Amino acid sequence: MIPSAFDYARATSVEDAVAKLAEAGGAAKLLAGGHSLVPMMKLRLNEPSTLIDIARIPGLSGIRADGDAIEVGAATVHHEVATSDLLAEQCPALAETAAAIGDPQVRNRGTLGGSLAHADPAADYPAVLLALDASVQLQGANGTRSVNASNFFQGLFTVDLGADEIITGIRFAPAKVAAYAKLYQRASRFAIVGVAAALEVTDGKISSARLGLTGASTHATRMSASEAALVGTDATAEATAEALGDPGAGIEDVNDDLHASEGYRRAMVSVFTRRAVAAALARA
Amino acid sequence: MAASPVLPKLVGTRVKRREDPRLIQGKATYVDDVKLVGMLHVAFKRSDVAHGQITNVDTSAAAGMPGVEAVYTGAQIAEFVGPMPIGTPFPSPDHHPVAVDTVRYVGEPVAVVVATDRYLARDAADAVVVDYKMLPAVVDPEKAMTGEPAQIHADFENNLAVDSLPSGTGVSADLQTVDSSAVDEAFAKAEQEGVVVSQRMVNQRLAPTAMEPRGVVAHYEPGKDSMTIWSSTQNPHILRTFIAGMNGMGQDQVRAIAPEVGGGFGAKINIYGEEYVVAGVSKQLGVPVKWAEDRSEAFLATIHGRGITGYIDIAAKKDGKVLGMKLRLIADIGAYNMLLTAAIPTLTTLMANATYDIPAIRTTLYEVFTNKTPTDAYRGAGRPEATYFVERGMDMLARELGMDPGEVRRRNFIQPDQFPYATQMGAVYDSGDYAKALDKALEAANWDQLKAERDAARAEGRLVGIGLAMYVEVCGLGPSASLPTGGWEHGQVTIERDGRISATTGASPHGQGNETTFGQMLADQFGVPLEHVTIHHGDTGVVKQGIGTFGSRSQAVGGTVLHMAGEKVKAKMAKFAAALLEVHEDDLEFGDGKISVKGSPDSSKTIAEVAAYAYVPVPLPEGLTPGLSEEAFWEPANNTYPFGCHISLLEIDRDTGEPTLLKLVAVDDAGNLINPLIVEGQIHGGLAQGVGQAMIEEVAYGDDGQPLTASFMDYAIPRAADLPRFELSATVTPTPVNPLGAKGVGEAGTLGSTPCIVSAAVDALSEFGEKHVDMMLRPEKLWQIINGGQS
Repeated sequence: MIPSAFDYARATSVEDAVAKLAEAGGAAKLLAGGHSLVPMMKLRLNEPSTLIDIARIPGLSGIRADGDAIEVGAATVHHEVATSDLLAEQCPALAETAAAIGDPQVRNRGTLGGSLAHADPAADYPAVLLALDASVQLQGANGTRSVNASNFFQGLFTVDLGADEIITGIRFAPAKVAAYAKLYQRASRFAIVGVAAALEVTDGKISSARLGLTGASTHATRMSASEAALVGTDATAEATAEALGDPGAGIEDVNDDLHASEGYRRAMVSVFTRRAVAAALARA
Repeated sequence: MAASPVLPKLVGTRVKRREDPRLIQGKATYVDDVKLVGMLHVAFKRSDVAHGQITNVDTSAAAGMPGVEAVYTGAQIAEFVGPMPIGTPFPSPDHHPVAVDTVRYVGEPVAVVVATDRYLARDAADAVVVDYKMLPAVVDPEKAMTGEPAQIHADFENNLAVDSLPSGTGVSADLQTVDSSAVDEAFAKAEQEGVVVSQRMVNQRLAPTAMEPRGVVAHYEPGKDSMTIWSSTQNPHILRTFIAGMNGMGQDQVRAIAPEVGGGFGAKINIYGEEYVVAGVSKQLGVPVKWAEDRSEAFLATIHGRGITGYIDIAAKKDGKVLGMKLRLIADIGAYNMLLTAAIPTLTTLMANATYDIPAIRTTLYEVFTNKTPTDAYRGAGRPEATYFVERGMDMLARELGMDPGEVRRRNFIQPDQFPYATQMGAVYDSGDYAKALDKALEAANWDQLKAERDAARAEGRLVGIGLAMYVEVCGLGPSASLPTGGWEHGQVTIERDGRISATTGASPHGQGNETTFGQMLADQFGVPLEHVTIHHGDTGVVKQGIGTFGSRSQAVGGTVLHMAGEKVKAKMAKFAAALLEVHEDDLEFGDGKISVKGSPDSSKTIAEVAAYAYVPVPLPEGLTPGLSEEAFWEPANNTYPFGCHISLLEIDRDTGEPTLLKLVAVDDAGNLINPLIVEGQIHGGLAQGVGQAMIEEVAYGDDGQPLTASFMDYAIPRAADLPRFELSATVTPTPVNPLGAKGVGEAGTLGSTPCIVSAAVDALSEFGEKHVDMMLRPEKLWQIINGGQS
């Protein structure tokens, strides 16, 4: 639990952080809440030359409505997301996802941007970002860009984020008929399986469905076959369960570890997909 | 004159722990807070293979790194620190604190780096290169007993540290007679006209995970030829004995200090290789040296607990009366014998009689070396295992006979008039009233209503079960005949010149709250406020002698001896007061900070006045010496045997297999209670760890001997949200073994909780015909049962 030596620098602005990242030539890491990075450093699984502290950059944290969209700053801690009145009203699924992360200590230090950049295969946020069809806002030396969540999560601990880029926040359209359901790993409180569902219901039938899945494989993915199966279905728990069938059976590259075998995980994908959809419908 | 306020009696009341304000405000001093001028820091290079021959250790790169003062291989350490002693009479292989030629578990030290800074030491440890010739990893203890896939120690064929050691009915203490006829007859009878239930059960390995990991600072002073060693230990006096012996020093030349100790749970009884090495290196270099264990090391290098597989057979009549029992135990002790490793499973056999009047019992014990972290004492240490095996067996018997689990137990209880009760296993239970504890628990849990709730939930399709377990524990250790260190305790009580009270105790608390409970006792004894009493502990330079805190002994043994020392000094103080007041000492009484003439409260002297006189005794009363300080040694004639009954209600999610503990009712009888608040805190902690074992805790290894649960990311310990509100109550059956009537309670919560929770899970799964499920209650395992698979 003793990290190797590193330098420390505090960034005063996003531009300053980007400049410091470029200066370090890929050997630096951004420090926000530190709840993924610092444990990795203590285990010497990650040995950055420099930590660039972005926790105090003004304006990088906060939740606000921007026209028809909601924006959440990258440095916003999970607790703030979990307890946001705006989200409770406009997008309770995101708030409940944040409330399901870790424990109070983690939720009061860990940040949205940190979780997304780290991209643990069992992290909670990626599933809900996929279901919300959120975009991830990035800033680098060449300016800003926006990446859709479905393109952002690329592989095991791998995201579409350049070495000199920084996540500034996420942006998504409010979704009230949405929910997140997860099977907790009892030690880490990460998701053995986590499913987020965002639905649209028209005239008692599901007119649109987006499902995000985390924990099952190397990285979070959309469940497109199940989404298709839901569209046109009666907006009831029973009908959606029947339409979904056994979605876990069709997932590729399912994880198998101490906490859950591949077979159990597949079964739990099916259980928690049904539960997430039913919970979302309960908000319709 | 206004009457002075009457001081309330403190013993038996819920006094808040005096220790807590400093502990929760960061004002306490732990080992890692000890900083000495010129202090160097040690880091250990540890094996990352489970079983291998060391072919080369290259320390050259490490030795050249900045700040590195010394690097030692295992062979170099062996030149000044020999193989480690153990505290049990069993044969044991050599165990060097740093491996010399073979590594036998992941985490075993292979080299030692000493540097000016902890971070530099760690960097240099990473730079030590060790080459291994890989050997097959021995992981499964039952396979290991056949010698497969390898033999770990040259002189221990089939990896057996202990080979089929029999105990119980028909086995003489010297093992010269092993007569199985009584047990055989019991089973023959049951086969003919009764029932036999049989089950293999695993009491899985656990990691103790004290909040404070271990740590050592050793300071050898060449000019004085003396050593001071600070260590996060439960028993500084025993540590001193071993450190002195290993360093060729006298015990008078070594001072051991256990400053604040952030939990031990038995894991800090053991004297570890790191303690010997840090002391030895300090003596070599003549400077202070520190090692502070980090959490990653703690999972590998601090002993594990439990790890015993039991094969139980119970023979009974159809009315539920048990005729006989057989219990074959296979302890997976890991790679080496530590201080008490070999003795822990013998506590399982000792307690195999449980709360029952069983006429014939045979236990057979095997202890098996495997390529894992060694096991030793962990909260309960052998007794939770016994309780688990027997109580699960009794539950299976009840299920087999279609009887209520409480009723089958009641029919077998040792009766109150049978105490003291000599068990088949060689214990003599001091006192007990098991039916009373059962009745109280049934009432507290509202048993019949609980059954009705369960049945109603089942009618809705829910998987709900109830479980019940009795326990009896051996505590208050103990007579010296049962402890190789000696089973006494030491205490000294001093009335200072200002009338305040200093006391020292050889019990070395690390969470038990003895500063409060011992303070309550002395405050009452002398009639002074608690604030006037200070309890000193954990420093062999201050506390003359001691054994330590383990085996739920600190109150029953340490508390008793302090009371005795108090009585001695009180008698002397009365003589000084008698001289001042010109009465006979028998006419005096202590109370409200004064010593008064009985019946004439106005004729009195304050404690402070009498103390001042005792230290400047002009004139010196005839037959008295100056001063007010007395000490006592005492050991009990027997252990104590607290007991109780735990009941739980548990639900399993039909879709996911996730278990949720809905209710946990505990009735505990620890004899007389000095402080019910602290007792409840101890029970809460024990229950939490019992719930942890039953539901979420398990040390796991891969087939290659690699640990799979070496961090809190993979090893779960219970959090507040994992626990229901504990419903506690007590019966009080004092022990005749000590004058306080106190039995001890530190470990009790870990005993009844595991079988009662697992029995509730089995009950919840009864529609699937499952007879037993092993801990931990992993959701996937339960889900498999629900879905018709194998458990």
